Amino acid sequence: MYKAFLIKYAEIGVKGNNKRVFEDALVNEVKRALKKVTGEFKVIRHEGRIYAQCLSDYDYDEVISALKKVFGIAWICPVVQIPVTDFDAIADAVTEHINTAYKHKDFTFKVESRRARKSFPLNSMEINIELGARVLDAFPELKVDVHNPDVLIQVEIRNQVNIYSESIPGQGGLPLGTAGRAMLLLSGGIDSPVAGYMISKRGVNISATYFHAPPYTSERAKQKVIDLAEEISEYTGPVTLNIVNFTDIQLEIYKKCPGDEMTIIMRRYMYRIAEELAKREGCLGLVTGESIGQVASQTMYGLNCTNAVCTLPVYRPLIAFDKQGIIDIAQQIGTYETSIEPFEDCCTIFVAKHPVTKPKLNVIENDEKKLEDTIDELIRQAIDTTEVVVCGE
Amino acid sequence: MEIYLDNAATTKTLPEVNDAMREVLEKGFGNPSSKHILGVNAEKYIKDATKTISKILKCNPNEIIYTSCATESNNTAVFGAALKRERFGKHIITTQIEHPSVKEAFIELEKRGFKVTFLPVDSKGRVDIDALKDALDDETTLVSVMIANNEIGTVQDIETIGNIIKDFNKDIIFHTDAVQAFGKIPIDIKAANIDLLSVSAHKLHGPKGIGFLYKKNGINIPPLLYGGGQQSGMRSGTEPVFLIYGMSVAIENAFKDNTSVIPVPKHMNDIYELREYFIKGLKSIENVSINGYEDTEQDREKYFLPNIISATFDGIRAEVLLHALEEKGIYVSSGSACSSNKPGLSSVIQAIGTEKERQDSNIRFSMDEFITKEDIDYVIKTLNEAVPFLRQFTRR
Repeated sequence: MYKAFLIKYAEIGVKGNNKRVFEDALVNEVKRALKKVTGEFKVIRHEGRIYAQCLSDYDYDEVISALKKVFGIAWICPVVQIPVTDFDAIADAVTEHINTAYKHKDFTFKVESRRARKSFPLNSMEINIELGARVLDAFPELKVDVHNPDVLIQVEIRNQVNIYSESIPGQGGLPLGTAGRAMLLLSGGIDSPVAGYMISKRGVNISATYFHAPPYTSERAKQKVIDLAEEISEYTGPVTLNIVNFTDIQLEIYKKCPGDEMTIIMRRYMYRIAEELAKREGCLGLVTGESIGQVASQTMYGLNCTNAVCTLPVYRPLIAFDKQGIIDIAQQIGTYETSIEPFEDCCTIFVAKHPVTKPKLNVIENDEKKLEDTIDELIRQAIDTTEVVVCGE
Repeated sequence: MEIYLDNAATTKTLPEVNDAMREVLEKGFGNPSSKHILGVNAEKYIKDATKTISKILKCNPNEIIYTSCATESNNTAVFGAALKRERFGKHIITTQIEHPSVKEAFIELEKRGFKVTFLPVDSKGRVDIDALKDALDDETTLVSVMIANNEIGTVQDIETIGNIIKDFNKDIIFHTDAVQAFGKIPIDIKAANIDLLSVSAHKLHGPKGIGFLYKKNGINIPPLLYGGGQQSGMRSGTEPVFLIYGMSVAIENAFKDNTSVIPVPKHMNDIYELREYFIKGLKSIENVSINGYEDTEQDREKYFLPNIISATFDGIRAEVLLHALEEKGIYVSSGSACSSNKPGLSSVIQAIGTEKERQDSNIRFSMDEFITKEDIDYVIKTLNEAVPFLRQFTRR
């Protein structure tokens, strides 16, 4: 059984003086991920690499699945570790590893060793040759292929000996906690959870805002959004979800503004409220699941009108994605099934049969003036009555 | 304030049912199939339960088969009857307004090569008797017609239907889904020539997870589940003694103090009175109409259930009204609870010929004996406030 997991990172390696910060963040994230796994683990940084050492029994699949959700990991390598003694001990451990890890011994292989501990009597070239010979002795059906092997057996001689032959791809990206915080506008749809996941992959912590419109949207619709926030938190870490009661604002817009501009004006108020909450939480930007032309309000004309109310940058990671591409990611991160539960969200309930697709900013701003007398108070009430749920703690 | 008007979806268990179940869990935990005394004690609870139920249904104790729910009862009946009689014919008949646990079983059999007739209903939700007469043929082996509909509460003329079927061919199996009717109106299984009848406990203050299928002696159908051969092989699986006993206490309670030959549910007339009062209140609101029967000259228990009222509120989406009532502590249903988590509209409401623009505006109020006139007054008052407000905001 593997005694440790070697965690390799890619992009962090090119950071200069900040490298340490990123490594520390990654160690923290690996620790956090393994806390959810049954078993005892020790996460250490050693000679520029991160190891998760297994101090007790554990379930291999559970560990891999947890580590595959950590941003910043390029590769996960299950490692056999033995103390540095002599060559025979290493050779035995390598053949033992091949014997247990590969049921069918009909592949080509190559041994690649590294001798960080220079006191070891053989150099790496010699180790490669000698180990290859031992493996062939033990398993005569195997063949060596130094150019394109099926299995690359890596042997590292450091303070201990690391033996591994499998590299499982990780999430990539940057570890959480290295980029600041952003406010995600989370609806019950397919897109916004994916947008949150994607931004978070760059090391960004996530807060979220959901607009609830009882009785037009149900308690189930709200629970669905909480479920989605829980689901993305598997990747993004805990999500602070702000649930804003939006009913009165919506009804006010309905009463006073033209029907075909309803959605655009509504979205402008959503942005305003989300930005206000974002600033309170120290967020450095808003995140939405918008994609050009997906619906009437997400044309470039529509985006131009909604964007105009914000001073914070609005990050739209899905802006150039097709729907299928978004669905693929939603399925991969496990939010799709929840997203397609059929509960109405507040964007659809009052939507006009023919909403404007090319709204003009000056026209929208002019129509919004009809709300002047009441809207500030309604916004204040909505913000004051916001319910906060921390998801994924 | 909490007013629960979703009793057709499920009911709260009675305290005496809870007490009875606790007693069984503590004292009768043995496996009824065990040969030792603990098994015998557990079995005794089941025997008592069966005696209670068979007395009320006017049948033999060996005609009661316990199942996990109405869905299992309906599936056992429909698949069992159709497959058992397959060699005599592959035509089976049901209605357009059945509960999904009957309807979907017929649709599955249709996929497996059976010919299925879905009988239409009139504007009140009653099966077209002429259509039934036309549909019966030499290939017909099974007819399944529910006694009372779960969404609009309409009661079928089950005696006429049963007689028509048996006059045509006494070997045709007649199944009825009595889930909504049992414990609400009297059911005469002999007069209606019923061969198979499904019941669920949780619609009459019993626990969830238990129901039964009445199977008339002489009717042979195969079981759905195979195993230890419990219940004469009709339903393998260790009997959930506490649920069975809890169900019998609930049923006994529903028919308490009965003096009629065909037992009459204890609260039937009280709830009919509440229904009348409720409907009077609903009609005080503009543009509200009642689906199914509002009232009849006589024999109301032959036409509609006492506890269900289905109303259409023009110009309002049912789900919005449902949540508006929820905010005031009133719990109702839009369409039927079994299908409202799926998108799409109620097939019952469509089958009675409701215009398309009104199909999504139906609320079902379903009462029990604990509802009072004061509760109804509060509901009507709340509706009088909510309905005009919600009508201001429609999709434009």
